[in-house]
Amino acid sequence: MSTTTVAHHEEHSDHPTGIMRWLTTTNHKDIGTMYLTFSLIMFLVGGSMILGIRAELFKPGLQLMNPDFFNQLIGVHALIMIFAALMPAATGFANWMIPLQIGAPDMALPRLNNWGFWLLPPSAILLTLPFTLALFGIGDGALATGWTFYPPLSVQGGIGVDFAIFAVHLLGISSVMGSINIIVTLFNMRAPGMTLMKMPMFAWGWLITAFLLVATIPVLAGAVTMLLTDRHFGTHFFDAAGGGDPIMFQHLFWFFGHPEVYILLLPVWGFIPQILQTFSRKPMYGYKAQVYSLWAIGALAVVVWAHHFFTAGMPVPALLYFMYSTMAISLPLAVLFFCWIKTMWKGSMTFETPMLFAVGWIILFGIGGLTGLVLADVAADAQYHNSYFVVAHFHYTLFAGGIMGIMAGVYYWLPKMTGHMYNEKLGKLHFWLTAISFNVTFIPQFFVGLAGMPRRIPDYALQFAEFNMISTIGAFILGLSQLLFVYNIISCARGGQKATDKVWEGAEGLEWTLPSPPPYHSFNEQPVIK
Amino acid sequence: MAEHHSTEQKAANKKLAIKVLYVVIGSLLFAFALVPLYDVLCSITGLNGKTDNTAATLAKAKVDASRMVTVQFVSAVMPGLGWNFYPKQTSVTLHPGQVETVLFVAKNTTSETVSGQAVPSVTPGKASTHLKKIECFCFVNQALKSGETKEMPLRFFISPDLPKDVKELTLSYSFFKAPGK
Repeated sequence: MSTTTVAHHEEHSDHPTGIMRWLTTTNHKDIGTMYLTFSLIMFLVGGSMILGIRAELFKPGLQLMNPDFFNQLIGVHALIMIFAALMPAATGFANWMIPLQIGAPDMALPRLNNWGFWLLPPSAILLTLPFTLALFGIGDGALATGWTFYPPLSVQGGIGVDFAIFAVHLLGISSVMGSINIIVTLFNMRAPGMTLMKMPMFAWGWLITAFLLVATIPVLAGAVTMLLTDRHFGTHFFDAAGGGDPIMFQHLFWFFGHPEVYILLLPVWGFIPQILQTFSRKPMYGYKAQVYSLWAIGALAVVVWAHHFFTAGMPVPALLYFMYSTMAISLPLAVLFFCWIKTMWKGSMTFETPMLFAVGWIILFGIGGLTGLVLADVAADAQYHNSYFVVAHFHYTLFAGGIMGIMAGVYYWLPKMTGHMYNEKLGKLHFWLTAISFNVTFIPQFFVGLAGMPRRIPDYALQFAEFNMISTIGAFILGLSQLLFVYNIISCARGGQKATDKVWEGAEGLEWTLPSPPPYHSFNEQPVIK
Repeated sequence: MAEHHSTEQKAANKKLAIKVLYVVIGSLLFAFALVPLYDVLCSITGLNGKTDNTAATLAKAKVDASRMVTVQFVSAVMPGLGWNFYPKQTSVTLHPGQVETVLFVAKNTTSETVSGQAVPSVTPGKASTHLKKIECFCFVNQALKSGETKEMPLRFFISPDLPKDVKELTLSYSFFKAPGK
């Protein structure tokens, strides 16, 4: 990919200033910044909640909270981390980087973009408000069903369930709007000469994510709406006595829920290869193979949902189908792993913070993938189901595979976005603390899970005490190390060593042809790709 | 800002956005269509042990005297319903095609009249479509006065088409408080 013309307009400040700039902005960079900031704040909120959980689990017995509050913290932690931390972070990167990477002046639908963001803060308030209301004696706290809303518990639950249902509606509308915007941008706004098969990998990852979102978020919205009418309007979608079926909710939920896993990961699979390529100083290996693998995973994602509830009871042919189709996902994923490793192979590698995160990500996400393969085995799953083994597995995929990937992206693009270099020493320290304490937190959970400790229970048998103590210590180090991350981002935004346009020696792509930080309006005349 | 897109560009963007919106609406409709689809799929395949909850007619079903099948009965009362509920006999052994009547006993231990609805489930799932009920207390809501005890009959037969490898099946009834009663 080579660029012949790059034109920018000079900075013109025709936009409002102060708070009105942020409320009314339709600029993709402003909206991207708001998404990323919101995501960072909610990451800290969701993280503090889980530290409460880990503190309770430090010792067997009940010390700090009653089981009801424990359940509320668990469910809201998951919803916040998934919908308010990981998804907005990916959308923030999409807003910032997709127009820059494909040479577009802005996102295709700027007003929709503004609306999409401003639905997020109200839904975060809806999710957490029941905690505060309970302090004043209104209701009995937040959603206590876990993030999966399984009936009949969610039909019987208090007002926290209603708040969470409306929060999910808003979050769903927001991410559907974001997805429509990204699909339209990628199809209509690419620079002349940039064919689909010349798109940066990040754009590909997001295109498939956006398709998954528009296809599956409405199913979740439908399912929680049925839950709402079951709760308040006398319908019996999930009420066995009225002819409904609670298992049907599990099918509807996971029809969304499994693609959701890939919705969280596909954007990361997009930009990690770009980071690997930058710091290996050689072209990305197997571009086409990666694109086709992303498509294959996107397609398989919507036909494997029932492996989340093998133990709910299914005919043997259905069990076999869901087992084999789930395991089949590991084939395209193995192609991706191969391409990532081959991209680094014999490259002249350097290990700046983004690269450390990217390489650590490959290893830890690999562990997440392999333990998932074990869970996909119907026979083995009966033992692992609902145990801490599952908790450890999905944190390897979603914390290591999701959040640590996002961190790699933050360090990679932060100098481009702010125009300053972050503190490299602190960045590296942040990586090592995160990677080590993450493993200290979650490796013990594999062991207690195998030994039979169930998830979502505030108390446990004495034999699990040592492992839980180690896990809690790891979790607190992990949580506190994120303060370094926050400090590094803030100080980088406020000043520091000036970043060059290209920032990284081996960086490739249109975003690196613009100054750091890029002007408020960029690519008003689109570059031509040969 | 919006004025950076030309008019044609804006029109094209709007057109594509509306097309994607159709996909969104389509998948919302799909979610609701899954409700009847799921029901149909369950009764055809016997997924979840769902049995046909309408009266079967005794169509010249030939008695297959060459084999015996054991039917076990399990009962449960769901929270919110103050009843005792149990089968009078834990199991019967019969030939496929042979009609049998068994009794279930329910007692209302509360101080008011309560209606309940029994929901059946058959294990293994592949046998569930072969359990044919001629008469069952589960077809309609059952109302019990305070302290009332009722013996409720179930008249059924096992279809002779039952797969040969099924020698034992379990019929489970869960009594729920009837909604809205």
